[in-house]
Amino acid sequence: MAKRYEIRLAGSGGQGLILAGIILAEAAGLYDGKFVCQTQSYGPAARGGASKAEVVISDEEIDYPKAIQPDVLLAMNQKSLDTYLSDLKPDGLLLVDATFVTEIPATGAVAIPFTRIARELGKEMAANIVALGALATLSGAVTLKSLRTAVLARVPPGTAELNKKALAAGIAAARKYLKKSATNKIF
Amino acid sequence: MADYGDGKPRLLQGNEAVVEGALYAGCRFFAGYPITPATEISEVMSYRLPAVGGTFIQMEDEIASMGAVIGASLAGAKAMTATSGPGFSLMQENLGFGCVAEVPLVIVNVMRGGPSTGLPTQVSQGDVMQARWGTHGDHPIIVLAAATTWDCFILTVKAFNLAEKYRTPVILLSDEVVAHTREKIVLPPPGALEVVERVRPSMPPEWYVPYEDNARGVPEMGIFGDGYRYHVTGLIHDVHGFPTERPDEIVPFLNRLFRKITQHFADIQMVEEELTEDAEVLVIAYGSVSRSAKRAVTEARQRGIKAGLIKLVTLWPFPRKILEPLLARVRGVLVPELNMGQMSREVKRVNQGMTRVETLNRIDGNLITPGEIFEKLVKL
Repeated sequence: MAKRYEIRLAGSGGQGLILAGIILAEAAGLYDGKFVCQTQSYGPAARGGASKAEVVISDEEIDYPKAIQPDVLLAMNQKSLDTYLSDLKPDGLLLVDATFVTEIPATGAVAIPFTRIARELGKEMAANIVALGALATLSGAVTLKSLRTAVLARVPPGTAELNKKALAAGIAAARKYLKKSATNKIF
Repeated sequence: MADYGDGKPRLLQGNEAVVEGALYAGCRFFAGYPITPATEISEVMSYRLPAVGGTFIQMEDEIASMGAVIGASLAGAKAMTATSGPGFSLMQENLGFGCVAEVPLVIVNVMRGGPSTGLPTQVSQGDVMQARWGTHGDHPIIVLAAATTWDCFILTVKAFNLAEKYRTPVILLSDEVVAHTREKIVLPPPGALEVVERVRPSMPPEWYVPYEDNARGVPEMGIFGDGYRYHVTGLIHDVHGFPTERPDEIVPFLNRLFRKITQHFADIQMVEEELTEDAEVLVIAYGSVSRSAKRAVTEARQRGIKAGLIKLVTLWPFPRKILEPLLARVRGVLVPELNMGQMSREVKRVNQGMTRVETLNRIDGNLITPGEIFEKLVKL
């Protein structure tokens, strides 16, 4: 991995993106042993307003704590995709929630319906964990083992089973995508 | 309750690290009124303090919060409050009382966009001059600025140490970015860092002269209930603590108030120097912006520009003696900050035309980027 790896998670308040950022940061910092900075920006509204969390992972001490040019953008709704797409590194990973994102103005985007998958598991709120599973699988930003530990250490009591399933569903969806894109490479 | 000095790394917000620093320093009283972006300090204090036998009070407002903190400190507790701009404004009157009555206490001001209610969820460094001159009258004050989660921990310890050592309110300036950035931190075990206790009187109580001068300029402090009775007032007072209008008592009192800070500059004034030894251009920054500056300086060095960074840790009293030799030597100085130019005025005042001082100001509620600093730096 490059010295500095930047991840931006964007969507609307209530989608659990700040918690997702914390979990990602703990997986990288506490369990993978990297340097890490997690920042966030949020509006005055608790729900429905724009919400953004960023995680910077590095092998050395981190100066500027925010993302400069993200290696990964997770867009959980259309508005956040439209706002942040232009910041993404040219060869960066674009991951969108296909439940809400209908127009993707870029090729190479990975569209997975995180929220729909979470609904099928019985709780829409777990969409952030589904997304984390896919993000870690596709980017390699954190190890899946560390991510699993971090998820279980952070989620509310009584939700461990649900979140384990959500994580597994995200990982499975990403692997399915990888398999498909590998067979598609015919040229 | 987890053992916080167990040597394990934790992911903490700046605000959470402030609480750990306060507890490490022995803080056992917190009175405050929650306000974005300082709320987490109150929130975490509300369960961490009772767990260590301390007291947390959510007050009706910030005026009362400061009153409670002053009272707690006079009664012997290490005490603090935390707020942001609007609350900091309300604290100014009692802050002045704390200065004149020489009450050790710590105020954490997590800066957000202002003036007034301003930009509650966004970053700013607009309170630098307010921290210096917010309360009326001529007074000395100690103001520190944190840039990282570790800073939030260590500088809160330091703030308590300075407050107790010099019997003065100490302000720790944080900002929305510093407060809400989560970073890995290993909290030191108890005993690893210096923790200062206030000097208390040892003579028989009837001999106690509460505001008598000494070599340090810091009178020994009796605490309520320990038999050392004295009068506490915001009026200018004589050595016994009673109001005076006699010039021969007013002047020595005010002079001592200043002297106890000025004669200890070496202990109070802190900066962190980065690549300054051979620097030809210099960035002077503090708080979250110093992190952007650090990256800009590193990038400039990679391009062969001899850049250096002074990160101001103590903002007030302004570390003039440390800066002067550098200002005399470098080709130019850049002062980036999240206001219209507050610290840059001080740098210009101290500079006295020795070098070129450029400013970089951002007031849109976002952090200055390394790129913005770099662009200015290459033109110095």
